[in-house]
Amino acid sequence: MTFAAGDDVVVSSREHSGHHRTPGYLKGRRGTVLRVYARFRNPETRAYGGDGLPKERLYLVSFELSGRDRVLADIFEHWLEQAA
Amino acid sequence: MTRAVHDRGGWPTEAPIDRTEHDLADWEILMDALENALEARGVMNTDEMRRGIESMPPAEYESVSYYERWLFTTETILEEKGILVPGELDARVAS
Amino acid sequence: MSHDHSHEPVTTAGEPPAAARVRALADLLVEKGALEREDIRRRVDRLVSRTPADGARLVARAWMDPSFKERALSDARLAALELGLEPGESPQVVALENTDDVHHMVVCTLCSCYPKALLGPPPDWYKSLPYRSRAVSDPRGVLREFGLELDEDVEVRVVDSTADVRYIVIPRRPPGTKGLDEEELAALVTRDSMVGVAEPAPSS
Repeated sequence: MTFAAGDDVVVSSREHSGHHRTPGYLKGRRGTVLRVYARFRNPETRAYGGDGLPKERLYLVSFELSGRDRVLADIFEHWLEQAA
Repeated sequence: MTRAVHDRGGWPTEAPIDRTEHDLADWEILMDALENALEARGVMNTDEMRRGIESMPPAEYESVSYYERWLFTTETILEEKGILVPGELDARVAS
Repeated sequence: MSHDHSHEPVTTAGEPPAAARVRALADLLVEKGALEREDIRRRVDRLVSRTPADGARLVARAWMDPSFKERALSDARLAALELGLEPGESPQVVALENTDDVHHMVVCTLCSCYPKALLGPPPDWYKSLPYRSRAVSDPRGVLREFGLELDEDVEVRVVDSTADVRYIVIPRRPPGTKGLDEEELAALVTRDSMVGVAEPAPSS
């Protein structure tokens, strides 16, 4: 599904043994979409000689760190779920 | 949850950050140029390059220098694509 | 076999074995026609000439010109092109503005993604395992190591460059710099301040 800025999301905690760009420290974490970026070629298939198509939507998502501090990361759409 | 060796965010460490900077050695600059030239030519792409680095044995990944990782992945991917013949580079270095 | 380059010793003192291996790899790839020597040379020349100057120009212009700053915050890639700068290969470059309330810091926990075209090559510490690990778990501790202590009221935003977007920080303009021209301002913008681990140099 697609998301909009302000949406609360959760990063999937599924296992993925091949190349992917969702960092482990964010898997399973709840965050908020800050920005909706363009669609980009999927690194998970490009890494194995594929063309990375269809492109995947990328989002800048903000996560709590401690106190006021936050971690922001670029997460692909297929790694995000709507938060309950 | 398993973490691959390159996935360092939040990896437990008390290690201080060494702020010493070094000018890139000639061979490091050459390695950078080679890898980027290969990508520009469409021989390999950035994701393959990263995937190759991520396939390094963890102990090696953690102990070699940055551009040694680039060398590892370039050899790995070029061999995978049949551009380098296994052993060919060893033979050339030895000659 | 003839060579069009000077012979270098197989390994000079202090070089790791990788050095000879990389040179041999270059030779092989040129011989196979996979790469051209001239292309490699051009890239080597470009690599050794890169500095943070272009990033500093973008920041200085943003400090001086509020409408340029808005354009830079909206699309830093276009803003760089507007100044005649090379924004790099990344399809998206984002400028992050530091304010009195928010301090940005950039990392690539998975590898070493960095806005090279604007800042030059990343420093060793940026690529190091401790920085990649601790930037997202203890950013204030990391900043303290860099000599930067931030108020509790300030929100630290650590930005992990995990995909195709490249990030550059627009640090806060130092006080007492109203009379400076763009070139003088750019001279204050350090590479570290554009990564977010330091403030710019104070005006002298």
